[in-house]
Amino acid sequence: MGNHAVSYGVMLARAQVIAAYPITPQTQVVEFLSEMCADGRLAAKFIKVESEHSALACCIGAATAGCRTFTATSAQGLALMHELLHWATAARLPIVMANVNRALAPGWNIWCDQTDSLAQRDTGWMQFYCDSNQEILDSVLLAYRVAEKSLLPAMVVYDAFYLSHTSEPVDIPEQEEVDAFLPPFQPPYFLDTDNPRTFYPLLGPEYYMEFRYQMEQAMEKALKAFNEAGTELKTIFGREYHPIEYYRCEDAELILLTAGSAASTARVVIDQMRVKGYPVGLMKIRLFRPFPGQELREALRSVAKITVLDRNLSPGIGGIFAQELKAVLVNSPKHPAVFSFIAGLGGRDITPQIIQQALEITLANDRPVAHSVWLGLQEEMINK
Amino acid sequence: MVEIRIHGRGGQGAVVASKILAIAFFKEGKYVQSFPAFGVERRGAPVAAFVRTGHEFIYLRTEIYQPDHVIVLDPTLIGPIAVTGGLRDGGWVLINSEKEPHQYHNLSPSHYYRIATVDANHIATQHHLGSPTNPIVNTAILGAFARISNLVSIESVEEAIKEEVPVDREENARAARNAYLKVVYEG
Repeated sequence: MGNHAVSYGVMLARAQVIAAYPITPQTQVVEFLSEMCADGRLAAKFIKVESEHSALACCIGAATAGCRTFTATSAQGLALMHELLHWATAARLPIVMANVNRALAPGWNIWCDQTDSLAQRDTGWMQFYCDSNQEILDSVLLAYRVAEKSLLPAMVVYDAFYLSHTSEPVDIPEQEEVDAFLPPFQPPYFLDTDNPRTFYPLLGPEYYMEFRYQMEQAMEKALKAFNEAGTELKTIFGREYHPIEYYRCEDAELILLTAGSAASTARVVIDQMRVKGYPVGLMKIRLFRPFPGQELREALRSVAKITVLDRNLSPGIGGIFAQELKAVLVNSPKHPAVFSFIAGLGGRDITPQIIQQALEITLANDRPVAHSVWLGLQEEMINK
Repeated sequence: MVEIRIHGRGGQGAVVASKILAIAFFKEGKYVQSFPAFGVERRGAPVAAFVRTGHEFIYLRTEIYQPDHVIVLDPTLIGPIAVTGGLRDGGWVLINSEKEPHQYHNLSPSHYYRIATVDANHIATQHHLGSPTNPIVNTAILGAFARISNLVSIESVEEAIKEEVPVDREENARAARNAYLKVVYEG
């Protein structure tokens, strides 16, 4: 299952310190890792903690000491980490985390929804969205590689149940292959009694901005590092990863853009629509931070319309991927019209019919409405 | 692609059954996907699990609304749960029941579906799987499925059981073989 794909990735990455607090649907990730630590398959220190906040605090301490660290969480757990998410980035610690996308409460809901991770978009964590269990495992390795290159933390993000609890074949790479791709973590600075330094001091107005500017530069470096590492993976594992994945886009006049497991189902819909003669293609966004703005602008230069399917909500503005896309397109002359749709919140199934509906509405209208269009709503339950 | 939906109650092992079946298909060189119907799991509550298998990678990541076949671990689900909902014509409905298939003809008024029954409770009890009041039937019923569906061999099912079941592996595999021999079906 997707959760165990993460565990294998972390084992192969030879993580040294793992700290986590259980939460559905993530629990199996660290449950399996604790087994691996207990039976000796993984020589890591497994730290049980009393909250997600403490879990990330442990990772911050261990990463400051120069260790490769890992934690995993979901929804409320990620929200509780919020303060320390900022800390990890500004401390420039390449911590890797798995976040299983789960809806935030209330009402209590353990099912899939991407708002939890997207709400952390301004914390400076890289975010990699996956749509298969193979991609989840490979993304853990990619995450360490890119994080350690850019000294930024990274989140491997995937959908609750549709991936976390789905079993499917995954090719588990050989340890030697992974070692060649991911050499031991050697931070430029770390806690060392033989070479004492000051970490995380008071930083006044005369320096703070420069440190933040360096974080922004690190994101640019990370984008380059992701492309390099994603290409290099191909020579080792035969699979390659780029910030955006294109499916039947060459001659497409309408592009569907989405992230997560819906992108997988969308391939089936694109094939069906192609058979009916509609010139549609799919762009799957893998990298949300850093956002591949330049690549998107170029890729969408000759496209008339784009359908964005968001399994998330920023109340008061709508779907988050749609907002991000509009922001990078707005200064391009003749940019495509962006049709924004919201579906699948709180684990509601995104069926092929829902995806097709989004594409059909886009095809039938010249201009999008101002707001995000909600698909699959039970009208009789609203306005009561 | 073939889609199979398993209906059961929390604690009966529907999810484990879906994994075992997927592993059995995988052993025969097929692509597979299995997953639970994402309920909050409580003992006795209706649950469902899904299996997809085919010759190509399976991109579809939604629940199964139009299964090719249905497996029912507890006959008392029939009625409260629309177990044949969306079932494709000619599909199998395999029920854990001591009754004969013709006693379930009301499930398929126009004989669109094929009905099979196997007394997996009895078989599980014979093999000391679970207790007489709470028999573990998930492995036995897969043996019956191998027989009626012709989609997967009983040997692959036995191998998958021995890999995936945490305890009493041999006994679970024998229960599957037993159900393979005892399943009752028409046509």
